[in-house]
Order: sequence, then C-alpha cells, then structure tokens
Amino acid sequence: MSGHNPGSLRTPLKNVRRLGSAKEGATHFWQQRVTAVANVVLVTFLLGLIVSIAGADYAVVRRTLANPLVALPMLLLILSGIYHMRLGMQVIIEDYVSAEGAKVALLMLNTFFAFCVGLACVFAVLKLSFGA
Amino acid sequence: MAHSKPATGGVGARPLSPHLQIYATPINMMMSIVHRITGAALYFGTLLLAWWLIAAATGAAYFNFVNGILGSLPGQLVLVGYTWALIHHMLGGIRHLIWDTGRGFDLKTVDRMGWGTLVGSLLITAAIWLSGLAARGVL
Repeated sequence: MSGHNPGSLRTPLKNVRRLGSAKEGATHFWQQRVTAVANVVLVTFLLGLIVSIAGADYAVVRRTLANPLVALPMLLLILSGIYHMRLGMQVIIEDYVSAEGAKVALLMLNTFFAFCVGLACVFAVLKLSFGA
Repeated sequence: MAHSKPATGGVGARPLSPHLQIYATPINMMMSIVHRITGAALYFGTLLLAWWLIAAATGAAYFNFVNGILGSLPGQLVLVGYTWALIHHMLGGIRHLIWDTGRGFDLKTVDRMGWGTLVGSLLITAAIWLSGLAARGVL
C-alpha cells in the first residue's frame, strides 16, 4: 500500500483512485483482455462457419447468414473484434508516431476506420437477417 | 568495420552487443514482433470480411463476382495468410492471457510457448484448410 508521502502535493485520493496521468487507469488494458477472451470463442465460431459454407452457392450462404443462430454470433464477433483491433492499432500508433499532429490525426483515422468497417459489417448482417 | 576497436581507450574489449550478424534472435522476440504484424494485418483484413458480407447482402451476381476473386489462386493464398494470421494472433493472445495471470515467465516456458505459437498456428491453419477443401470435395 502506498502511504501518503508527507510534503508531497499529491492527494491521497489520487493514489486511491489509481487512474494515473491518462485518467483511465487500466481501462485500455482490461478492455483489450475482455475482447480478446470473447474473440477466442467468436473467431473459433467464425472459422467453423466458413469451413462449413466454403464453396457453397449464394442461396446457401444467404440462408446461413440470415439464421439468427449465425447472425447473432457474427454481430458479437464484429463488435468485439472491431473494438479489439481499434485498441490494438491505437497502441501501435502511440508507439511509433511521436509527432503530436500526425499522432492525433492517425488516432482519429483509426476510430473512423473502425466505425466504418464495423458498421458496414453490421449493416450487411442485419440486411441479410431482415430480408436482403 | 569487423575489427573496429572500442572507441574509448583504456576500457578494454567491451562486448559489442547485440551484434546483428551473429545475434541469435530469441523465438519469444520473433513471436512478439509477428503478433503485432498479424494484428495490423488483421486490422486491414477486416476490409475483406466487410467486402464479403456486403457482397452477400447485395445479391447473387455481385456475390459470385467476389467469390470468384476470393476463389482464385491469389485470392486463396491471401485467405490462407489471413487464416494463419488469425490463428497466430489468437494463440499469441492466449499466451499473453496466461502471462497476465503471472504464470509462464521462466525462460523454458517462454521458449516453449513461443514455439508452440508458431508450430500450433501452422498446424491449425493446415487443419482448417484441409477440412475446408475436403468439405468442398476438392480433396
């Protein structure tokens, strides 16, 4: 336990909160782990799905993707996977891009990319589910 | 270059490390680098998944067009790479989850998990593609 250092201008509250200078503590780390665990299950599902419909004709693929038992895990995979990869790319950008302007621009671009790809995937799955 | 002496006199022969030509790259370091590379590749690989899903939602003609590209030899090679990147990143991630519990930090285990990530990713990728091709009746 870190006691309060006499003479320090830090308040004990700061130590108790453990949020650090970025004000989010271990949030990024934890979200990366939670989505990672989810992705292990969901990616396994995706691989099984793709193997089972590999080479199938359009009608079969459409019917399969429209099945709620397929569409729901697909949607979960898209959300969890996209969130996970956005966190990962954020770390890569922060590691390699030190110029502040470029870094901020790339971090924004990262978010835009994640939302666009994620929304495109979700839209496609929903369109198939609700009658393409 | 090869016989250059240490710049500072009187210090003696210092180890010139890491000497890149003879440096034995630890498997753990390689797997760490590959983990990041596969992660970045999968990031852009989601474009392929989105493209395929959009194609399925668009109609038979466009879906067949996309399937034709993905089913061509270059397309299949990209998909094999995609599968391997996915599996490698997953196994590497599981390794990290094990480390997160505070376990597996002794060098022997670290090495073993590094090789396990590499060999396992290749074996699982092969198994997936062989079963996929068998399901299609190609094998």
